[in-house]
Amino acid sequence: MSDFLSIDNVSQIFGPNLTTGEKIAAKLGGKVETRSVRAVSDVTLSVRKGETLGLVGESGCGKSTLGRLIAGILPPTSGKVVIGGAPVMKNGSKVTTRVQTVFQDPFASLDPRMKVGNTVAEGPIAHTLTTKSEAPSYVASWFERVGLDPVWVDRYPHQFSGGQRQRIAIARALAMQPDVLICDEPVASLDVSIQAQIINLFLELTRDLGLTSVFISHDLSVVQHVSDRVAVMYLGRIVELGPVAQVFGEPAHPYTAALFGSVPKLVLDAEELVHFDTIEGEVPSPLSPPSGCYYHPRCPLATQTCGATQPVMQQISDLRAVACHHFEKQQADAISG
Amino acid sequence: MSETVLSVKNLRTHFFTRAGVLKAVDGVSFDLAKGEIMGLVGESGSGKTVTGFSLLGLVDAPGRIVEGSIKLNGTELTTLSDVALRSRRGREISMIFQDPIATLNPMLTIGQQMKLAIDAHERLGNRAAEIRAAELLTQVGIPSAAARLRAYPHEFSGGMRQRVAIAIALLHRPSVIVADEPTTALDVSIQAQILFQMRDLARETGTAMIWISHDLAVVSSLASKLAVMYAGRIVEQGQTATLLRDPRHPYTAGLIASLPATAKPGAPLTQIRGTTPSLLSLPPGCAFAPRCDRATDRCSTEPNMTVQDSRGWRCFYPVSQRDEVSA
Ligand SMILES: Nc1ncnc2c1ncn2[C@@H]1O[C@H](COP(=O)(O)OP(=O)(O)OP(=O)(O)O)[C@@H](O)[C@H]1O
Ligand SMILES: Nc1ncnc2c1ncn2[C@@H]1O[C@H](COP(=O)(O)OP(=O)(O)OP(=O)(O)O)[C@@H](O)[C@H]1O
Ligand SMILES: [Mg+2]
Ligand SMILES: [Mg+2]
Repeated sequence: MSDFLSIDNVSQIFGPNLTTGEKIAAKLGGKVETRSVRAVSDVTLSVRKGETLGLVGESGCGKSTLGRLIAGILPPTSGKVVIGGAPVMKNGSKVTTRVQTVFQDPFASLDPRMKVGNTVAEGPIAHTLTTKSEAPSYVASWFERVGLDPVWVDRYPHQFSGGQRQRIAIARALAMQPDVLICDEPVASLDVSIQAQIINLFLELTRDLGLTSVFISHDLSVVQHVSDRVAVMYLGRIVELGPVAQVFGEPAHPYTAALFGSVPKLVLDAEELVHFDTIEGEVPSPLSPPSGCYYHPRCPLATQTCGATQPVMQQISDLRAVACHHFEKQQADAISG
Repeated sequence: MSETVLSVKNLRTHFFTRAGVLKAVDGVSFDLAKGEIMGLVGESGSGKTVTGFSLLGLVDAPGRIVEGSIKLNGTELTTLSDVALRSRRGREISMIFQDPIATLNPMLTIGQQMKLAIDAHERLGNRAAEIRAAELLTQVGIPSAAARLRAYPHEFSGGMRQRVAIAIALLHRPSVIVADEPTTALDVSIQAQILFQMRDLARETGTAMIWISHDLAVVSSLASKLAVMYAGRIVEQGQTATLLRDPRHPYTAGLIASLPATAKPGAPLTQIRGTTPSLLSLPPGCAFAPRCDRATDRCSTEPNMTVQDSRGWRCFYPVSQRDEVSA
């Protein structure tokens, strides 16, 4: 099947953003942070039409930054993102409406002083997906689509619950008729009893509208539930990629294994204490990443090679790839065999 | 029978706001034995934090405890003076807050803050206090603890700051620690480390814990006992394993069924319909009734806690395993 969304060798470097005073202080040897953060490093991914790609990894590993790069909210330092053959960005600005985003905090992402119906109508009118006179019925149809009563269009965001606000944010994104939807922690701020409603809505809409999506979540059980494939990130790099059941069931990268092992799982039948494995140490600072494989200081399998050279992504079966020196050829054969 | 360290009976904490009386905690009862860990789960705004604050005497105006009893090691706390309460806080009962940044003073070194916390209840020399502080930091997994005492909070990662907050809560080996979502702000990988350590500490020191969380997975692997709150009331309580395997209250059952972990990947999840109610406009009777498939007219009167085989539920039409099979 053909790739629809391709992320081609994308990197994002955030500079230290110094004020003039700080720059002078730095020159004079003052204590000013002058290093830059490589939030996303050489990421190459492709997503097929209609597919949902999950993105997981510890806090600060660059998931949101990658999401913003794909959505064209942030121009990449290098590399490019292409949807259906057309680039998302030209000369540093977004040139397409084919990708839209839903964020974690629906309250922060909705204008508190604007009626929610207008919030949803704004983009489609600006991009002539509807006209001013047809906007009310256009918005009403999207409200219905996401399970909101269309009579609520004249209300303000604070008059809705968290789950309803997330439905409004989804309606706003979908009213732009995107092909690609980026969801950055869309259920993280919702009550558990409401999360299932939003996950179900996401599953239904992506299927019915044939949407291609990238789903970012720190909750591995949610990612496992909604994704076809999953990419595991560590300090700005993709370290493993593959079909979600395979990656979760038989992780190839030691980091993936440790990440999954460290997550408290729902235990329904244990009468005694459950043991969890923990990843040693903490994520190193992205300001001064380690040499070689970024994971080597925490990796139980690390050797000298791991501290010296950066492993590259290698294909280990049709759909799977991993960046690890320990993943030898024969293991690859065993998995694909 | 193990020794009860904390006994809460019919606790009601209400806020007298301009919009009306908000019954944040409305008739909560539970017992905690030495070294026992109880998970407290529920919707946002269901009264979990206010329950914790009530136990520590930290509820401020416009709120107050309007009814009920809190007995800590046999002493009734609700009638104690502020001074008497303060002398127990930190020594016999302590709390770890959700946000470790709010707990620690950015202007003081970790060592200075721990010294202050020690001084609040004990006279120890500087040297002895330092040794004690370093010991505790080591216990919660901070390497080269003695040297780290001179660091400021901003030099620590979120996970390390939370460990310091835990170390401070443990300083006086209290009988009870209330941990309010202490790991939700942290990474999954760090969460597991901290959960593991806290569980072991509870076992070693005999400290009982109330673990507030909205994450059933965390609670299922940590707490032996579970209390489920909805709109200010405990709607179900009992052994964690029993409740998760065989829930009786429809809200508990709905929560468990809605978790992706219990479903087939990609399949629609079982969802609880409707939205979380506002505590200012609760229906009479069972607050969950408007969202409940089993509710009838009878549910407009408040169900009492039905107690059976050391578990309890507040529902006229409890779910049981048999229903699930026949349904
Ligand atoms: N605008 C910015 N300026 C400077 N640094 C940034 C900026 N945005 C992100 N970063 C840095 O880039 C790195 C990746 O951040 P990002 O928010 O993408 O992580 P994340 O994986 O989404 O984390 P989380 O799970 O906590 O949301 C972090 O080190 C972060 O501090
Ligand atoms: N100082 C206050 N004044 C008025 N109402 C308050 C105050 N503190 C808490 N409340 C109300 O009491 C109710 C219970 O709040 P509480 O913080 O205990 O909820 P919670 O279960 O801890 O929720 P969460 O999971 O979001 O932390 C809420 O409706 C809240 O708005
Ligand atoms: Mg993020
Ligand atoms: Mg709370």
